[in-house]
Amino acid sequence: MKSLILIMIGGALINNVVLNQFLGICSFLGVSKQMKASASLGGAVIFVMTIASAVASLLYDYILKPFGLDFMKTIVFILVIAALVQIVEMFLKKKSPAVYKSLGIFLPLITTNCAVLGVALTNVQEGYNFIESVLAGFGTAVGFTLAIVLLASIRSRIREEDLPAPMRGAPIVLVSAALMSIAFMGFSGLAF
Amino acid sequence: MNRYAERIYNGVIKENPTLILMLGMCPTLAVSTTALNGVGMGVSTMAVLILSNFVISLLRKVIPDQVRLPAYIVIVASLVTVTELLIEAYLPGLYKALGIYIPLIVVNCIILGRAEAYANKHTPGLAVMDGIGMGLGFTIALTLAGLLREVLGSGSAFGFNFLQYLPFEVEPIGIFIQPPGAFLVIALFIAIMNAIGIKTRQRELVESTGCDGCCAKCATPCEKAEEEAK
Repeated sequence: MKSLILIMIGGALINNVVLNQFLGICSFLGVSKQMKASASLGGAVIFVMTIASAVASLLYDYILKPFGLDFMKTIVFILVIAALVQIVEMFLKKKSPAVYKSLGIFLPLITTNCAVLGVALTNVQEGYNFIESVLAGFGTAVGFTLAIVLLASIRSRIREEDLPAPMRGAPIVLVSAALMSIAFMGFSGLAF
Repeated sequence: MNRYAERIYNGVIKENPTLILMLGMCPTLAVSTTALNGVGMGVSTMAVLILSNFVISLLRKVIPDQVRLPAYIVIVASLVTVTELLIEAYLPGLYKALGIYIPLIVVNCIILGRAEAYANKHTPGLAVMDGIGMGLGFTIALTLAGLLREVLGSGSAFGFNFLQYLPFEVEPIGIFIQPPGAFLVIALFIAIMNAIGIKTRQRELVESTGCDGCCAKCATPCEKAEEEAK
């Protein structure tokens, strides 16, 4: 039980997927312009990453590994994630239009988000079982959401500041991310 | 300048994928801890890019337009798997240093972006030259970032420790080989290019409302998303 909690917290805070492992940087920098969009993207990522970790873990344990096909994992995982995103999109469109409206436009983008593939591959590398993989996927996605929502609120403040011209735009956003990353390094001292 | 040489110039200087187009930020930030890691990642990506451009250009009249993105992903993923196995077999040190970022070459926007923007419209010869140019541009940018971080963060260059030869005592700034240093170095690069007036696509990197910055070049999924949003 303790190790399961540790996996989740480790994914969300200690090894934060964006600030520590640099996965999903593009959407982290691109979408964080607006608070509302950041929160919606975070929701969509939590949804997709949890399901993708579960499916990838099942596929690896019951199909790829028994047949000695583990070298195929990159190809299989990327295709599964792409297909999964399509299915989730169609399902949401039909069953719950309200959720689709708020998350929908972000779903196709998640296919190219390297964080989802990264988590699926890390789970396999760490040798997590099904439950551990799902929790790791969920924890990582919560970490992504936390980071992007925090950056969005920082950006809403620096927008009004009088910055030196060369620092405007991407540089100041990256410096903010660096400071966030320093703050998150503090979590590595988290002991249980 | 002939068309083939022009592709190299275009990839390295005019449309440098990392410094000007701002593509493939994840590997740039993640593996630039030392100059050698930067070279290793750059060359691996270049190998995949040259081969994928070649194969996609050969198949450009065979692959139906509607399913081209999944087809490209399968081609790229196969090439990445081959590269990964080769690195694991012949360069185990590099394999360990780059870790998960080798299979993640699949989702590097430079590769799908070049397939979509160049390889599927041009002849195999030109597509290969484009791959070499873009790959070189990426390798140079990664090596520069890695070199700067290594010099500042651990006081060495390409693994050669020069601190002991300095006449005075200097303590390396450890934060530069930690994750925050990656953000700082890239911020510095963009700020310098802004200051000397080189136009980069940094707006696309940080201002792409509601749309993944990556798909700025891998155009299709993004346009579809924007259409549906309206």
